[in-house]
Amino acid sequence: MPEVASSVSTKRPAVDPRAPYREAFERVSCSRAEHEPGRIGSLRSEAIGRFEELGFPTKRLEEWRSTDVRPIAQSSITFEASAGLVTESDVADYRYPDTCELVLVNGVYRPELSRLADLPEGVVVSSLVEAWSEHPDLVEPHLGCHAKFESHAFVALNTALHENGVFVFVPRGVVVETPIHVLHIGRGAAQAVASFPRNLFVAEESSQCRVIEQYATAEASQTAGSTFVAPVTEIILAPSAVVDHYKLQRESTDAFHMATFQIYLERASNFTSQSISWGGGLVRNDVNAVLAGEGCEATLNGLYMVEGRQLVDNHMRVDHVAAHCDSHELFKGILEGHARAIFSGRIFVHKGAQKTDAKQTNRNLLLSPTALVNSNPQLEIFADDVRCTHGSTVGQLDELAVFYLRSRGIGEEAAKSLLTYAFAADIVQRIKDKSVRRDLEEFLFRRLPRGEVVRQAV
Amino acid sequence: MSLLEIKNLHVSVEDAEILNGVDLTVEKGQVHAIMGPNGSGKSTLAQVLAGRDTYEVTQGEILFKGEDLAEAAPEERAREGLFLAFQYPVEIPGVSNVYFLKAALNAIRKHRGQEEMDAMDFLNYVREKMSLVKMDEALLNRPVNEGFSGGEKKRNEIFHMAVLDPVLAVLDETDSGLDIDALKIVADGVNSLRSEGRAFLVITHYQRLLNYIVPDVVHVLVDGKIVRSGGKELALELEDKGYGWLEGKAKEQVAAHA
Repeated sequence: MPEVASSVSTKRPAVDPRAPYREAFERVSCSRAEHEPGRIGSLRSEAIGRFEELGFPTKRLEEWRSTDVRPIAQSSITFEASAGLVTESDVADYRYPDTCELVLVNGVYRPELSRLADLPEGVVVSSLVEAWSEHPDLVEPHLGCHAKFESHAFVALNTALHENGVFVFVPRGVVVETPIHVLHIGRGAAQAVASFPRNLFVAEESSQCRVIEQYATAEASQTAGSTFVAPVTEIILAPSAVVDHYKLQRESTDAFHMATFQIYLERASNFTSQSISWGGGLVRNDVNAVLAGEGCEATLNGLYMVEGRQLVDNHMRVDHVAAHCDSHELFKGILEGHARAIFSGRIFVHKGAQKTDAKQTNRNLLLSPTALVNSNPQLEIFADDVRCTHGSTVGQLDELAVFYLRSRGIGEEAAKSLLTYAFAADIVQRIKDKSVRRDLEEFLFRRLPRGEVVRQAV
Repeated sequence: MSLLEIKNLHVSVEDAEILNGVDLTVEKGQVHAIMGPNGSGKSTLAQVLAGRDTYEVTQGEILFKGEDLAEAAPEERAREGLFLAFQYPVEIPGVSNVYFLKAALNAIRKHRGQEEMDAMDFLNYVREKMSLVKMDEALLNRPVNEGFSGGEKKRNEIFHMAVLDPVLAVLDETDSGLDIDALKIVADGVNSLRSEGRAFLVITHYQRLLNYIVPDVVHVLVDGKIVRSGGKELALELEDKGYGWLEGKAKEQVAAHA
């Protein structure tokens, strides 16, 4: 039975799927060499070497058992970004007012589409390329230091091939009130257009900021071709830093999205993330948080709503390295059609991480008998005074609740939609950013049958 | 034409017969009480009237305003003016009580060919109804029943009833679990809604509620059959004697039919 998209071909590829990436590496490493320190050059070489050894992951690997990436390996790939074809009208729908907005198209930074805002003194928000030339001292200590490519083919590809991305630096004690919006627009072509955005967010001691990462597809190309984006975002929270992060993944169903999000928390820092996925055909989010200093807190929430033959895989790993840290994970999923979701949540409590309080919950709502969920929570605990809980559920709409709503005069479809919305609501309500929240609500009203009744009733 | 006519109603769930031949006629303006021991089929009758499809009507018919309800969906019954106050109201997190009611009321008004109510008119209308059940305004903006106490949930059911303005209201053990103050509030709410054009079917396990909502007719349901009907004094008799003496009667009736 085909696991993923209908585009899975049983034909073996004529060439080694790694070959185009090797060629891209030659080009990128050459063009970037003079702008980056030697360490990055070496890192690129090591990473491409590692990718060549690893190849694309197969289902024989435990971490990829349920997610078949052959559609990516077998796609013919182009690195021709055609970024110029995207114009203001493709971007307008995704803009968030009153933010500091940076637009990348197929991984290429587009200053003329971006809208930078005035930010407090010392704050840096720029493309990564620009940051290497203007602030190498701020980038150098962090880039590539947290996201590990040794055992992850897509992180290896990104490390070897990234050309640009967004760099954010918030200096000690500064509170940035304007949200920083990183808008990645994909524009597909006959061959899948590959891009490897690399983002680095550094929040210095006692600083605060909000960052929104949005991944979308240019309207005009929603039915024309595919994209393959493998972003890596590293985020570092120095002691007592507070970062509020959102990820909105809403690409077209032709898109391949293989993202890694690496978070490093130092003492008493606080990180919150809401990851929303409703787009993409084959989507993987690896989210790794390392709680390295005492007293930090990480909240990693998410909502996925998929239909047709979409597949979304959220792979979480939380490392409790230091004592007295809290982590909370709540992921909810709504599946229709033949959609498939994977949730893998590993909590790793290191020796010495006493008084850890870790909670993980994954709840899934299946709206069709052909949708499928694999939920796999895992605890590994090497300390003896901790509290760790995990739970996962897969269920359908409650028949009694549907009856209750219908008994008040609400039609069956609308009743089911209301309950589906209600299922999503505790994630929706946790979204503090108004723009992201409005986008998610609008999506739900549009997607749910009789959404106008839902709009009226919530 | 009677408002509600139930004729020889037989209902099964997973092959177990729960109602076996219920006959009941309710006229506009009347209050009927249905009493009976646990497991006698009271709640089944309530849910079948509202159209829950986990129950199968195997025989007989239900006529509401002269129309056979057999094929009517729950929402169609509601729009025609039938209301069920649930024994266990369901919590719906994420859906606001007041907006939900607005959507429900507008669905009903649309069915009746009335214009949808705008936000201002609706709010005034709702405030008036809230005073009937002395409901705290804070409960309006909370999600439907979420975190409500038992008493608040029951009051919320009566509030929904007041807003949706049915012609037949079925109250399924709305009194159970209520302390005497909450019981009086619920009863006052119901009494204030009694009118020429509206009827109530009050299902209860205990006689106490009927001190406050005085019925025109009392029926006793035992083993899926109405074994006795009478005036309000029947309820007092049951309070004295319990149901035991009627349970024997049910068996006799079944034996006589066999």
